Amino acid sequence: MTRHTLSVLVENKSGVLARVSALFSRRGFNIESLAVGPTENPDLSRMTIVADAEAQPLEQITKQLNKLIEVIKIVELDTAAVQRELLLVKVRAPLADRAQVLQTAELFRARVIDVNTDTVTLEATGTPDKLQALLAVLAPLGIKEMAQSGTVALGRGPRSMSGAGTLRPVERSA
Amino acid sequence: MSTTNTGRTAAAHPSSAAGPSAGPAPGAGPAPATAVAPSEAAAQATLGVETTARSMAEAAAEPVSGITGAQSLVRSLEAVGVEVVFGIPGGAILPAYDPLFDSALRHVLVRHEQGAGHAATGYAQATGRVGVCMATSGPGATNLVTPLADAYMDSVPMVAITGQVPTAAIGTDAFQEADIRGITMPVTKHNFLVTDAAEIPQKIAEAFHLASTGRPGPVLVDIPKDVLQATTDFSWPPRIDLPGYKPTTRPHGKQVREAAALIAAARQPVLYVGGGVLKAGAAEELAELAELTGAPVVTTLMARGAFPDSHRQNLGMPGMHGNVTAVTALQKADLLVALGARFDDRVTGELSSFAPNAAVVHADIDPAEIGKNRKADVPIVGDAKATIVELLTALRAEHEAGRTPDLDAWWEQLEDWRTRYPLGYDWPEDGMLSPQYVIERLGAIAGPDAIYASGVGQHQMWAAQFISYEKPGTWLNSGGLGTMGYAVPAAMGAKYGMPGTTVWAIDGDGCFQMTNQELATCAIEGIPIKVAVINNGNLGMVRQWQTLFYEGRYSNTHLNTHGGKEGAPRQVRIPDFVTLAEALGCVGLRCESKDDVDAVIEKAMAINDAPVVIDFIVGSDAQVWPMVAAGASNDEILAARDVRPVFGEGQV
Repeated sequence: MTRHTLSVLVENKSGVLARVSALFSRRGFNIESLAVGPTENPDLSRMTIVADAEAQPLEQITKQLNKLIEVIKIVELDTAAVQRELLLVKVRAPLADRAQVLQTAELFRARVIDVNTDTVTLEATGTPDKLQALLAVLAPLGIKEMAQSGTVALGRGPRSMSGAGTLRPVERSA
Repeated sequence: MSTTNTGRTAAAHPSSAAGPSAGPAPGAGPAPATAVAPSEAAAQATLGVETTARSMAEAAAEPVSGITGAQSLVRSLEAVGVEVVFGIPGGAILPAYDPLFDSALRHVLVRHEQGAGHAATGYAQATGRVGVCMATSGPGATNLVTPLADAYMDSVPMVAITGQVPTAAIGTDAFQEADIRGITMPVTKHNFLVTDAAEIPQKIAEAFHLASTGRPGPVLVDIPKDVLQATTDFSWPPRIDLPGYKPTTRPHGKQVREAAALIAAARQPVLYVGGGVLKAGAAEELAELAELTGAPVVTTLMARGAFPDSHRQNLGMPGMHGNVTAVTALQKADLLVALGARFDDRVTGELSSFAPNAAVVHADIDPAEIGKNRKADVPIVGDAKATIVELLTALRAEHEAGRTPDLDAWWEQLEDWRTRYPLGYDWPEDGMLSPQYVIERLGAIAGPDAIYASGVGQHQMWAAQFISYEKPGTWLNSGGLGTMGYAVPAAMGAKYGMPGTTVWAIDGDGCFQMTNQELATCAIEGIPIKVAVINNGNLGMVRQWQTLFYEGRYSNTHLNTHGGKEGAPRQVRIPDFVTLAEALGCVGLRCESKDDVDAVIEKAMAINDAPVVIDFIVGSDAQVWPMVAAGASNDEILAARDVRPVFGEGQV
């Protein structure tokens, strides 16, 4: 299986998320992560979907997605694309361990966003790999709670998905 | 209805009557002549306008203000060209039924929402227009789920209108609330929940546009009761706003030329024709392509009638119960030209061994079908008609360049198979009537101009095998979903749309008991369909599998319609279909012997003022042959007439 990142422009209407996620489950495709948010155009939302699939099933996913009436455009982002996730993690940090927690945060360019006598909460962004590495270092100290977003991603370079000089969409035709 | 006729003269734009979008009318085209006069009368009475020769659709396209959402809905349906709605009222949809009372739109009051849905499908398949059904919220809407799924699998253009609980009650588990939009997402091409009465014309126009263009399919429009009751303005045509919907209809020229080159070079080609050819109205073009290439044609279950069965090049139906020649031709082909077909598992059998030596040209309007099951060497996305037309041009160029295939050896082989393995059947050993004979005679007497709608099971396969289909739109069935109970309501819808045509439902005793209440609708509404119940007393196809794969352990397949099992206390037929038919306002007939078959069919043909049901009592042990067992390779097909249907032997 290979990891693919799809950037999907959809109409900003109720029910679109349900259609997309239901399509994946109905057709037996696994979603690794899914993030939805607004775009520069208020009528459109962008879904960033990371899926594990071989090339042939992936083609079927994108074709089926393209059939959804509210899906405007799909681009598969290559590995060079900027991909980021957001991690919030609450770590045990009694005085004895606190320096180590803060040092780790600094190494990973994570920010401290909440402190109390027992814990420190960190905010970190990065690729999924970087966040995994951070969690691996923090784990021995005791992770009390964490929340992680799905991947959001944009292609590098001057081109965009809408407007002139757009990224090449995943083929609508065969 | 009090309406404000603003700018009537200026707004009398006949062109808008055809529909809201560019291109062909998404809805129905003009109402047939018989319906025009009352339509106009009603439309004029409603609007209080002077007599002109305008159609209902034109009259309805006038802008009005200060009407209810329900009035806007009915006007939208009129303006889009709807002739008939099949439905049942209920609480949430009730506001819509009030303006419907005054409308020139005909509403057929069915007895179950499933009947409304299949009637809309039958209407659409027989006429090529969009079928329309209507139901209330909750159970009314959920009863439409099966026909929606059915229409989705068979790509039938259909619009379903459902009432919904008032907006404020949505999500509260209100009385008769069901999230029908959520429920039908996987079985519709698209669906809408209308939240603002002002959007009603637009959503209706979009629904008809979506249902009828691209790959056709069902679209559901869910309208809350308060939206139907709200005050709104109406204007037509509305703007269609579907930025994500741009079906590709024109094929790519380069792909077409590549396909033509493959066809010109093939020595063992087969035109594998699916339902898309009928949907595209491309039967004439297909005939031209067949003549030009000289290639054999197979027509799938969904494409029966797309190419005349009487044509020498038609090998018949492929698939699990296809005939030996059609199945084997696909297996041995060096080129498959798939036109509006989707390599369904019932056609391919075991996919990995399907047509192992064939290159594949796959033309379909839905890009997702191409490469879904079988890799295409030349994919063509486009409407079947446009594709075949361009293919003809490209092929003529190949021929002019001296590249014409020699198919003589291929035809010699095909004719040999055809002679050695014709379709056939044995008479039951117990002296009972042969179901295949009944169906064969029905086809011969009713002829190729009649429409045949079938249920699902053995009788469906026999009807596909033993009736000769010569024209598009004469064979209606539930191919993809396999919906038992399809036949009677679909025949009703077809007969409504084609009142001058004889319409036969060919049903089984199992199927018939699922939806026969629509015969009451037929009797009351003046829709004289004819029903041939192929009554073998059992769920026949299941029984056949129990015979073949479960050592004859007939678990729950005996239906008692021949009488009780041996030794059972009651030997009467339950139900007695003759008296049931009479109770439903139909003529009931029965036939139990070969000598009576023609006479009873002719008697039914002569009755045109009421629906007729013939209860054909046939043998229980008749089986559908040939057969490729589920999951087996098509190479394992059993059996032609002279080969005993014993598994593991007699392979072709």
